[in-house]
Amino acid sequence: MSKVLEIRWHARAGQGAVMAANNLAQVLGELGKYTQAYPEYGAEKRGAPVEAFDRISDSPIRIHSRIEEPQVVLVLDQTLLRTVDVSEGATPDAIFIANSNRQPDELRQKLNIGERRLYVLDGSRIAINEIGVDIPNAPMLGALVKVTNLADINSFNEKFRALMGKKFTSKIIEGNLKAAKRGFEEVKQG
Amino acid sequence: MEKGTLEEKKSKRRVSLTGDDAIAEAMRQINPHVVAAYPITPSTQVVESFARFVADGLVDTEFVATESEHSAMSACVGAAAGGGRVMTVTGSQGLAYMFEVLGVTSGLRLPMVMAIANRALNSPLNIHGDHSDTMAMRDMGWIHLYSENGQEAYDNTIQAFRIAENPNVRTPVLVAIDGFQTSHMVETLTVEPDNLVKRFIGEYIASYPMLDIDNPVLYGAADRPDYYMEHKRSQLVGMINAPEVIQQVGQEYGALTGRYYGLVEEYRMEDAEHAIVVMSATAGSVKDVIDQLREEGVTAGLLKVRAFRPFPAEEVAKSLSRTKSVAVLDRCGTGGAQGGPLFLEVRAALYEEKSPPQVINYIYGLGGRDLPLRHIKDVYLRLREIARTGERGKLVDFLNLRE
Amino acid sequence: MKKEKLKKWQELPIGGLILDMGNSSETQTGDWNPNRLVWHDDTCTHCLLCWINCPDASIKVKDSKMIGIDDYHCKVCGICVEVCPTKPKSLEIISEEVA
Repeated sequence: MSKVLEIRWHARAGQGAVMAANNLAQVLGELGKYTQAYPEYGAEKRGAPVEAFDRISDSPIRIHSRIEEPQVVLVLDQTLLRTVDVSEGATPDAIFIANSNRQPDELRQKLNIGERRLYVLDGSRIAINEIGVDIPNAPMLGALVKVTNLADINSFNEKFRALMGKKFTSKIIEGNLKAAKRGFEEVKQG
Repeated sequence: MEKGTLEEKKSKRRVSLTGDDAIAEAMRQINPHVVAAYPITPSTQVVESFARFVADGLVDTEFVATESEHSAMSACVGAAAGGGRVMTVTGSQGLAYMFEVLGVTSGLRLPMVMAIANRALNSPLNIHGDHSDTMAMRDMGWIHLYSENGQEAYDNTIQAFRIAENPNVRTPVLVAIDGFQTSHMVETLTVEPDNLVKRFIGEYIASYPMLDIDNPVLYGAADRPDYYMEHKRSQLVGMINAPEVIQQVGQEYGALTGRYYGLVEEYRMEDAEHAIVVMSATAGSVKDVIDQLREEGVTAGLLKVRAFRPFPAEEVAKSLSRTKSVAVLDRCGTGGAQGGPLFLEVRAALYEEKSPPQVINYIYGLGGRDLPLRHIKDVYLRLREIARTGERGKLVDFLNLRE
Repeated sequence: MKKEKLKKWQELPIGGLILDMGNSSETQTGDWNPNRLVWHDDTCTHCLLCWINCPDASIKVKDSKMIGIDDYHCKVCGICVEVCPTKPKSLEIISEEVA
């Protein structure tokens, strides 16, 4: 069995985590990886905590069990930390990427992740600047691509553009691409 | 057998789609005459995506958004009797609501294809995956094909038309995927070129179309006890002929695409002493566990059942006769039977064997309950123990259940 | 009426279909009712209301005129008698013994 990278997204319904997880799988799939993405819905209402998952591999993925021990955890909403243990099951060498405007030290404590690697990005601010609404999925995608080194941001964005082109107006597409690129550039290790 | 042209091989597309969208993509390429559907979770996205294809003019299909699943299947019956190539999509409560019309479809020998995203039945209300919906209609005269992943969902949908429409079969086919686990999971798959799919399924020639007004026929006549039995026996012909056709179509499809299909799929069964029998998405997880266990010296194997109806008893018996112990994993309750539906079939298939393996049954994954690899591993370790001691223990048990 | 020979399952058309349309005339229903229908051509005005209303197509008509009753298929339901506008009625049900 070859190595499979397992990723978990934490967000609230409406923040685009499910779509981001799907987009990641689709874009990396087109770039030659084998991928899986699936959501886990709770109460299907805006604001409810949701989780979404990705598997990325260089060879076909057969497993259909749930991801229990992710190597990468993304947190799109820092207010989730009050109710959700985002570190649950994460591997000892897991990477955490959080959308937050807090100081990394303060955040590290709240995340309950010990000494594991933490990356922070103010994705909400980028989203508001570039897209006009606080839907931080695109900047977080950019940050993820940077941190995991899964793809080159330009080729990622090229496929990302084609993918969004099926569903959105060019204004939204350009905003999201810019947000993804800024996420890639602005994410910082904390 | 016909092979794909070089140009076609070049225009295969590698895409990442959800299971629902993989089926919708196959439907776009098939371009049925009529699709009548009432969307229900977790197959909603199939209908939504296909409705978009209709709106965008990518298909010529007459799309009928009905007011219920009962009406959807009824509209399909009418359209198929009229002579059309017909498809619908449903699952769970929707399938249950279709129930009485399902027997009409198979009784009238109307070829049609129904995609199902398997979902639990109420009560309690649950939108997640298990096989209780299609298992409840396993004897309604439909051919059942179960898919492990998005690729198989796509491939099975295309092959289903060839099977259903074969003159020796003329029986409706359902193609099942696991709700959410496959329906909502983005997976990487290969999509064949449109013209290859078009050529593979060919032009549909209905046998007695009602719309052929020069040759009027009567569909749906009543039978008294003096004829009903003869008609039911005659209906069975399609099911009896189906295994050969399913395999033939699977070979032909394989020659074109490189992906071959049969009634069952064996994984590392050549020398397996302990086997799991399972259908759909979980088969993939089992394969991963087998590879792990093989490295630890456990001779584990998998028999995946693709065609549940007609049940491939011979193939199952042949494959399992060499093993010492077998666990059948049912994603459906027993309902008071001696075990899950797949278990009953497998056990009956082994009855004629001189020295059959010990067979146990596990109920798993009800209402979307996850099946982590460690539980699958535990099953194999128990199978090894059964083979070693000869003690079978509990016949039917549950996996990943709190008790 | 002779009992028809029942077919074997192998001899049946697919799906319980009936392929030879218009075969209902082969089933003679004239002996279902012990009574009989008679036609009085002397009062009949050939309005053909009976022909329109007969559920078994048992009113025989030629050149737009009624010429008689198809006794092999008439079940003597009496609808024609009900709709017949002449006085006295031109269609009448009589018991088999009288006939």
